[in-house]
Amino acid sequence: MGEIKVARKKGWKELPEGDYLEPGSAAVFETGDWRSERPVWIPENCIQCLFCWVYCPDSSVKVKDSLMTGFDYKHCKGCGICVTECPGKKGNKAIKMEAEKK
Amino acid sequence: MSDKKNLKAKTGNEAMAEAMRQINPDVVAAYPITPATEIVQIFSQFVADGLVATEFVAVESEHSALSACIGASAAGARAMTGTSSQGLALMYEMMYIAAGLRLPIVMAEVNRALSAPINIHGDQSDTMCARDSGFLQIYCENSQEAYDSMIQAVRICEHPEVLLPATVSTDGFIISHCLEAIEMLKDEQVKEFVGTYKPKHWLLDVDHPFTLGAIDLQDYYFEHKRQEIEAMRKATKVVKEIGQEFGRKFGRSYDMLETYKLEDAEAAIVVLGSTAGTVKVVIDEMRKQGKKVGLLKLRVFRPFPFEDIREALKNIKIVGVMDRHDGYNAYVPPVCSEVRSCLYELDKRPKIASYVYGLGGRDITLEMITGIYNELLSGKISAEVKYSGVRE
Amino acid sequence: MANLKELATRPELLSGGHRLCAGCGAGIIARQVMMAAADKPVVVTNATGCLEVSTTIYPFSAWKTSWFHSAFENAAASCSGIEAAYKALKRTGKVDKDIRFIAFGGDGGTYDIGLQSLSGAMERRHRMLYVCYNNEAYMNTGIQRSSSTPLGAYTTTAPNGKVKKGKEQVRKNLTEILVAHNIPYVAQTAIGYWNDLITKVQKALDTAGPTFINVIQPCRLGWGYSPEDTVTLGRLAVETCLWPVYEVVNGKYKINVKPKEKKPIIEYLKLQSRFKHLFKPENESVITEIQRNIDEHWAWLHLMEEDTNK
Ligand code: SF4
Ligand code: SF4
Repeated sequence: MGEIKVARKKGWKELPEGDYLEPGSAAVFETGDWRSERPVWIPENCIQCLFCWVYCPDSSVKVKDSLMTGFDYKHCKGCGICVTECPGKKGNKAIKMEAEKK
Repeated sequence: MSDKKNLKAKTGNEAMAEAMRQINPDVVAAYPITPATEIVQIFSQFVADGLVATEFVAVESEHSALSACIGASAAGARAMTGTSSQGLALMYEMMYIAAGLRLPIVMAEVNRALSAPINIHGDQSDTMCARDSGFLQIYCENSQEAYDSMIQAVRICEHPEVLLPATVSTDGFIISHCLEAIEMLKDEQVKEFVGTYKPKHWLLDVDHPFTLGAIDLQDYYFEHKRQEIEAMRKATKVVKEIGQEFGRKFGRSYDMLETYKLEDAEAAIVVLGSTAGTVKVVIDEMRKQGKKVGLLKLRVFRPFPFEDIREALKNIKIVGVMDRHDGYNAYVPPVCSEVRSCLYELDKRPKIASYVYGLGGRDITLEMITGIYNELLSGKISAEVKYSGVRE
Repeated sequence: MANLKELATRPELLSGGHRLCAGCGAGIIARQVMMAAADKPVVVTNATGCLEVSTTIYPFSAWKTSWFHSAFENAAASCSGIEAAYKALKRTGKVDKDIRFIAFGGDGGTYDIGLQSLSGAMERRHRMLYVCYNNEAYMNTGIQRSSSTPLGAYTTTAPNGKVKKGKEQVRKNLTEILVAHNIPYVAQTAIGYWNDLITKVQKALDTAGPTFINVIQPCRLGWGYSPEDTVTLGRLAVETCLWPVYEVVNGKYKINVKPKEKKPIIEYLKLQSRFKHLFKPENESVITEIQRNIDEHWAWLHLMEEDTNK
């Protein structure tokens, strides 16, 4: 679950010296399969307020040129906060949760 | 080497503080504790007088002292601290972390007994408890060694094959507060010898960000520890190299250990720190009476110089190992235990006797050492640990 | 005032792929703090805790900025060492950039085991922002009480039972302890007020001295609610005046959020399983006491605001 395929873990002679990590290296670790439900964007209801983006704990709302463009399903854990926070248009939310097909 | 000796009367604490002034580290974070307080005080005055460029952080505890040094060192600074006894005990947690994160912090340490009962005088129980923390441990016989070792420690710790922290220890009051004539180097000589600290990764190098101090679980912890163990192993070579370089440049060479009239000795004492000086006096006296006695002074306890010890003691019939710390019903206390284990490899092994002495600053006299030598020479020793100088 | 469109153009300093729970408030706080900080180079120090372990499980780090962790009780002390190094290396010319320093600690690392080192660092006036992500218990080790746990809450070391009603003591007021350090900037805020949080972080980072922000952080596991409600609960803490959003700038108090109508605390308590036992008739007195404490503190805060702005 979630594990990325590492061909072989390095031995102590090959590993970089010490408890040192490259920045942002967690991006390759996929947490998307933690989800039981996924957020689905409904662009026609979106007012581009970016509340979903600012409240997502997992940096999983994709934004380009300051516009919401969808979700990063590799990392989204399906918490549903974006749905709760989405004001949508005229009371119609621009995000809904759908069950993951298992 | 200059011809004119720059002799100055200094206490151990002054000598260490002077070494720190000349090293001129980027950051010093420290908290006062008897008998190491003076080191911090004297150094603060250097800061106040503008004699160093150091950022001095007068922290609120020893735990924070080492934590701040760890932060500073990770950030890219050369960082130093100083402490003793309870202060060191409060640092234990951070000592393992400094070493595990591979940060070359040098600590001026004054050996003092651990509470309880509370006691301010010298024994080595404080650093002995940190012997497996990943710090290199250098024990000094006198102020001169303390001064020289502080300067060498910077180079040893920062060596790319080592990258580990170190304690440089003196015996509380016996060295820390006693005036001695020491030969000081010129400021420029020290500056040139220590050079500048150039870490590969440093937090303030913000164009190359990285993560330091991640959680290592069962799949990586062991590998990182293995690297650390290897670094400590390699430190033996580096201690010797730097000790020789120091000798070439300034006339005083250093090694992992020092022997005194050991080659033809029948009985030898192994000891750390200031007591080695007292033992030398006894040896000279006893040699005059035709008694073949000698000394192995362990200067560096971590890394443990097992090969050198084996080599030095292989022809000795009987060896007394003096510990200024007890193992509370360990078979023998730590110095004896390790010396004894490494001699086990020999086909012809010396007999070993274990002595615990000087706890809480109890005097160790010439008579007591003479007594130990006579006991060793008589061959009548038992496996039991003997407590020298305690009232029955 | 922060602007989301502008913030969205900044680099994201916390990547996905960390292992915080789904809906974790710590992730929201960390992201928003880093959004505010992303216009300058920043070095982050983390106390041991949920945020630290979940974001840096070797060999994966979610941090894209320089990040450092050494132990639980010393985030402020290590950060002060980093800041001292910065001053020293700036003097010698080894560093020429303008760098900011942020330390993160949970309430365990801040209210309790790390209080001494925090106090020391603040008193020594290191230029750093310390952010407490305050989820009101030791969540990383499995929901044990802290001195930040509120009266009546269930935790695994102060559970309710046949004779106990959950935590028997009121929480300590750490924000005011920090105010007592006479540092230039102290603030409280909550999840649900992104603009307030980000503006406060920016103010703090612009302050040439030690600064402290205490952010209440709903924790779905420890508080017992479903994950989509994290932000809702943060807001409710403020709307009930349980957790006032305020700041103290050079000793002057300002309440940044004044709810038009103070909601009764029951609305907040009933959404969380950690307070479930308080709704038994025999425990009603605890709820009354919680409400009374809130009312008193809210009134006191208004007095402070009035008093310090005369
Ligand atoms: S469901 Fe949660 S994790 Fe996924 S995008 Fe929405 S807020 Fe982010
Ligand atoms: S919160 Fe809803 S309306 Fe706002 S940007 Fe996201 S999807 Fe669009």
